[in-house]
Amino acid sequence: MPGDSLNVHLNTKATAQNTYDAIVVGSGISGGWAAKELCEKGLKTLVLERGRNVEHIKDYAGTEKNIWELTHHNNRTEEDKKNSPIQSKCYAYDEVSKKFFVNDIENPYNEVKKFWWIRGYHVGGRSLMWGRQSYRWSDLDFEANGKDGHGVDWPIRYKDLAPWYSYVEKFAGINGNKDGLPQLPDGEFLPAMEMNCLEKHVAASLKQNYSDRVMIMGRSANHTKQVGDRGPCQYRNKCHQGCPFGGYFSSNSATLPAAKATGNLTLRPHSIVLDVLYDKDKKRATGVRILDAETMKTEEYYAKIVFLNASTLGTAHILLHSVSDVFPNGFGNSSNQVGHNLMDHHYGVGAHGDYDGFEDSYYYGRRPNGIYIPRFRNINEKTKRSDYVRGFGYQGGASRGRGNGEDGIGVELKASLTEPGKWGMGIAAWGEHLPYYENKVTLNKEKKDKWGLPILDIDCEFKENEKIMRKDMMDSAAEMLEKAGIKNVKTFDSDPPPGFCIHEMGTARMGKDAKTSVLNGNNQMHDVKNVFITDGACMASSACQNPSLTYMALTARAADFAVNELKKGNL
Amino acid sequence: MNRRDALSRVALLLGGTVIGGEFFLSGCTSSDKKIGQSVDFTADDIAYLDEIAETIIPATDTPGAKEAKVGSFMTVMVKDCYDEKQQKIFLEGMNKLNEASKQKYGGNGFMKITPEQRKELLNALDKEQKEHGKNKKKDDEPHYFSLMKQLTLLGYFTSEPGATKALRYVPVPGRFEACMPYKKGDKAWAL
Repeated sequence: MPGDSLNVHLNTKATAQNTYDAIVVGSGISGGWAAKELCEKGLKTLVLERGRNVEHIKDYAGTEKNIWELTHHNNRTEEDKKNSPIQSKCYAYDEVSKKFFVNDIENPYNEVKKFWWIRGYHVGGRSLMWGRQSYRWSDLDFEANGKDGHGVDWPIRYKDLAPWYSYVEKFAGINGNKDGLPQLPDGEFLPAMEMNCLEKHVAASLKQNYSDRVMIMGRSANHTKQVGDRGPCQYRNKCHQGCPFGGYFSSNSATLPAAKATGNLTLRPHSIVLDVLYDKDKKRATGVRILDAETMKTEEYYAKIVFLNASTLGTAHILLHSVSDVFPNGFGNSSNQVGHNLMDHHYGVGAHGDYDGFEDSYYYGRRPNGIYIPRFRNINEKTKRSDYVRGFGYQGGASRGRGNGEDGIGVELKASLTEPGKWGMGIAAWGEHLPYYENKVTLNKEKKDKWGLPILDIDCEFKENEKIMRKDMMDSAAEMLEKAGIKNVKTFDSDPPPGFCIHEMGTARMGKDAKTSVLNGNNQMHDVKNVFITDGACMASSACQNPSLTYMALTARAADFAVNELKKGNL
Repeated sequence: MNRRDALSRVALLLGGTVIGGEFFLSGCTSSDKKIGQSVDFTADDIAYLDEIAETIIPATDTPGAKEAKVGSFMTVMVKDCYDEKQQKIFLEGMNKLNEASKQKYGGNGFMKITPEQRKELLNALDKEQKEHGKNKKKDDEPHYFSLMKQLTLLGYFTSEPGATKALRYVPVPGRFEACMPYKKGDKAWAL
């Protein structure tokens, strides 16, 4: 195996016991991929997870229950809201899935500006509760910073990532159609899900009324066909509770079992990483120091390479907390960019309405996916806006309500509510958030959490470009629906603060120049060559697509690079 | 459909869950208040709430709200999912409703009046709550009967009899059919 030929320096028996070829910090969507790739390439890999273990299927208790078997029929209680005032706002937080969300009181952070940080501290992280929407980026996205001057230019282009998108899609199991759109490249897809009658109608209308936009079937990490021993999807639409059928991709269902199968994986839950250890003579990280969350004891682990996949804000915390003579401002932070350029997507704005017709049509099954309207603004000269840069995409869907209003009581009301009502269609936009240096996280100088670690100060906002774009996001939604014959179209804007889209990214960005970025084009730290960061922290811009698939591809690519460098003796 | 409905619908289609759509219109909204754990309901209270619920959703060729144990469900929700302000409105509402019955039907409380009289009374209250809802400003208190009605509809259609007999429910659909024929009279899907 490649790992066997690596030169291991062992000082003492204790050190030997705690020495691995690679350490991966975090077991979420990118950490799981790092673990799989490194293990499969023969490296003895230690995965450190700050929370408890969650075993695939075994630990999804409750998802098999019918709604009436849940005490509150799946509603949030006042106690939920008290313990987790932020988490309980999340759409995926319910009576069964709440065990996968942190207690906000026990895991505090400081909102310098309003920021709703949704977290899952357990093996698998948020890959268990994620929304599963999976879209490639294109050069429209990778070239954006360089072209309009916001942030720093990406050190990679689509061609660098394309084969890795293919690689991860094949394993992850993404469904979708090949739609042939330059701004949303096709991938290696499982069969797509299908649009219902009204969605097909609106898609046809869009095609008829606009030359610059289309409505496609959403692409998601639900398995429309069996992938290995996973799936297929059973259309229960309870994904965020953990799927006993393995019907969607998660670290727990897919990457961690693959890593384990190699015999090279050691998974250590309850391991909060305090800092990255550094050898200033060799200019390399030597490992990490952890706090065992159960015993409260610290311990050191050593490895030749370290992958940080602790989540955008978790990774930033570790870097900022790893201070030394060489790195007084944080690990690998000679650029002073660590913690800065924090982005999310701005969303929660769109339009909805009813439709008269298709009374003789319905559907069967609960499709855990919707429709997607890929970006159509600022994608070429013709679609260029004078009032804002970048763009947005829409997710949404149509469904049939129940009944015809809720007026009255008695037999008539009951009869009405037991039959399907009108069709309705809603779309909501996900918009790009520009990288701003002043949107940042820092360590709070006074407040500490129960493990004695400084809490994060999160200081992030949406600015003028987002606000102007947002108006277009709302107006265009209404316009498209109205043109499709949707009636009673109403716009909405729930105006959620940053964080709530759960696409936070950018706190240790990639870039060409070590002076203005933290990572190079291989997700390798400019300052410390054997440390790689492939979670959301690495992102130099946010685009408007859901980012997880890109994290997966970047991780697999970086792991390949890292192992090659290791073999060459460069690390 | 209002904004909240729309958000729920969008959340559903994106893989989320509609959590008590009707209920959340004016029910369990975010609150910093402490939980009123002292709220307690007696067997008589549950029987009373069962009859209110049954009048809203009566037994027909499918079970009614009483068989679906909606009264008991309401008490659990009021205790655990209502903030103190909502609890107060609901509890006072239980008295107000009974007083309204006494006033209208010669001193007879709700449990003593006939099913027809119950229907007449709750129809009047339903109009009253609808009117109240129309004129209500954002932060005004909801009408107690709108809370009772919302909890009844939520509880019934997510109960076993409501979901499986009044509606159609398939726990594990196993497949998705995007467009299937529908004919008038076919039941709606639960959830």
